[in-house]
Amino acid sequence: MYIIEMQDVNVNYGRVRALDNINLKVKEKEFLGIIGPNGGGKTTLLKVLLGLIKPNSGKVKMQKDIKLGYVPQFTSFNKKFPIRVLDVILMGKLTKRMKLLHKYSKKDIQVAEQIMNKLGILEFKNRQIGQLSGGQMQKVLIARSLMIDPDILILDEPTASLDSNAKNDIYQLLKEINSEKTIIMVSHDMGIVSSYIGSIACVNKQLHYHGDDIHIDEQEIQEAYGCPIDLITHGTTPHRVLREHKGEEN
Amino acid sequence: MIEAIFKYTYLQNAFLSAVLASIACGIIGTIIIEKKLVMLSGGIAHTSFGGIGLGYYIGIEPIYGAFVFAIISALGIAQVSKKIHTYSDALIGMFWSLGMALGILFIAITPGYPPDMTSYLFGDILTVSSSSIIMMSMIDLIIVIVIFSLYNYWKAYFFDEEFSKVIGIPTEILEKILFIMIALTIVVLIKLVGIILVIALLTIPPSIAKLLSYNLMNIMLISIIVGVVLCILGLYLSYRFDIASGATIILTSGATYFISAFIKSQFKTKNGN
Ligand SMILES: Nc1ncnc2c1ncn2[C@@H]1O[C@H](COP(=O)(O)OP(=O)(O)OP(=O)(O)O)[C@@H](O)[C@H]1O
Ligand SMILES: [Mg+2]
Repeated sequence: MYIIEMQDVNVNYGRVRALDNINLKVKEKEFLGIIGPNGGGKTTLLKVLLGLIKPNSGKVKMQKDIKLGYVPQFTSFNKKFPIRVLDVILMGKLTKRMKLLHKYSKKDIQVAEQIMNKLGILEFKNRQIGQLSGGQMQKVLIARSLMIDPDILILDEPTASLDSNAKNDIYQLLKEINSEKTIIMVSHDMGIVSSYIGSIACVNKQLHYHGDDIHIDEQEIQEAYGCPIDLITHGTTPHRVLREHKGEEN
Repeated sequence: MIEAIFKYTYLQNAFLSAVLASIACGIIGTIIIEKKLVMLSGGIAHTSFGGIGLGYYIGIEPIYGAFVFAIISALGIAQVSKKIHTYSDALIGMFWSLGMALGILFIAITPGYPPDMTSYLFGDILTVSSSSIIMMSMIDLIIVIVIFSLYNYWKAYFFDEEFSKVIGIPTEILEKILFIMIALTIVVLIKLVGIILVIALLTIPPSIAKLLSYNLMNIMLISIIVGVVLCILGLYLSYRFDIASGATIILTSGATYFISAFIKSQFKTKNGN
C-alpha cells in the first residue's frame, strides 16, 4: 500500500525548472533517503509533499487524514520571538481542528519533556528559543516534529549541524520510529545512514528511485549520472551502490 | 486635574479612551513588532487619510472612510505581498503616499471651506466623542476575544508560519483576520494621536514591555498597563502645560522608553552579562 504517490509533478520558480516530471511512490513504513546535489530540488520536493508549494502540474496523492511532521532545512522563524523552547516543541501538538481556549494538557507537557530528554535538550526547556546553539536548535526542531506523532516524518538535512555522537543518536532514534512510521529524509551523510535506509531517491531536477534493487557496481554508476554517489560509497559502512539510472523511470 | 475629571465629560472621555486605546495598542502593537509589520501599519495609517478625504467629499463621517481605506489597504498589501513573497517596503511606501495624495485631492475638490485636518494628523484626545468611545470598546472586545480564544494558534502563527501551515492551521484566514484587526486599531487610534503619531503609540509600550519579559502573553499585558500609564501621564502633562495632547503622549512615551532601555543596559553591564 502506498502512503504517498506523486504523478508527473513539475515545479517551476519563475523560469527556473526545479522539478521535472517527478514520479514517486512511497510505501507505508518505508525509510526513504533523498540525495542529490545542491540546488537539485530536494527541498522543493519535500515542500510539495507538505503542501507548502503547489506544483505547476501533476498530482500528489496522499492517504486520507495523514499527519505530517516536518523538520525544515533552515529555520523560517524569528529567533528573537518571545517564546521558550518548551512552548516551541508543544506547538507540534496543535491540530487543524482549532479548539477555543485551547490549553496544552499535562500529558502533552510530559510527552514533550520525554522527547526533550531523549534528545538531550531538557535542560533548555525554559530558555528563549534564540538562546541556543545551532545543533541544539536543530534538536528542538526534531523534537517539535516528533511531538506531532506524525504518520510520515519528513526531514530536510536534520543532522547538518550536529556532532557525530548526536548524529548517531538521531539516526538510532529515527530507526526506532521507522518501525511504526514512514520517514522521508534528505541527507548528505548517507555514509553513516545507508545501513538504516530502505530506499534512495536521487533528485537532480529529475528523480531516480532505487528501491530493493540496490546492487554493487561502482564503476558503472559513477560514470552514469551526477548524483553525489561518493557520499554513499564512501564512509566506514560497507559500500552500497545504486544501479544505473538508464531505463529506470518509474 | 482629579476634580476636573469628575466635572467635565470631555476629560472623562479622554481618560476612558486612553485606557481603551491602550488595550488595543498593547495587543496589536506587540503583534506587529514580533511579526515585523510596523512599516505595514504605518502604510495603513497613512493610506487611511485618503479615506478621511473621501469621507469629507461624499459627506459621510470621515472616520468611516478611514476604516474602509485602512482595511482595503491592509488586505491589498497582504495580497500583493504574497504574490511577490515579501512584505514589500516599496509597495507599502506607495500605498503610504498614494493614500495621503488621495486625501489631499478629495479635500481640494470638496466644495466649501476646507476642513481642518490637524485633528486627524495629530489627534486630539480631548475631543473624543462618546460614540468613538463605544467604537473603541467594541474593537477592544473583538481583539481580546479573537486573540485570546485562539491564543495558542495565534502564537504558533506569529512564531512560525510555515510550520503552522504544515500542521494544518489556517494561516491565511488568520492573516486576514489579523490585518483587519490592525486596520481597525489604527483607525481608532487616529482619533487619539493622529495618523502621523499612531506608530509610536503602537510600538513604544510593547518595546518597553519587551525589556521586561520574554513571554508573549506577559509582553501584551505589560504593554497594556504601560500604555495606560503613559497615556494618562501624557494627558496630564498636556492639560497642565497646555500642549497638544497627541504629541505630549508620544514624547512622554518615547522618553520613558529611552530611559528604561538605558537603565536596563546599565543593569545588564553591572550584572556582567
Ligand atoms: N524561492 C525560490 N525562488 C526561485 N528559485 C528557487 C527558490 N527556491 C529554490 N529555487 C531554485 O530551485 C532549485 C532547487 O532548489 P532546492 O532548494 O529545492 O534545492 P536543494 O536540492 O534542496 O538544494 P540544497 O542541497 O542546497 O539544499 C535551485 O536551482 C534553486 O535555485
Ligand atoms: Mg535543500
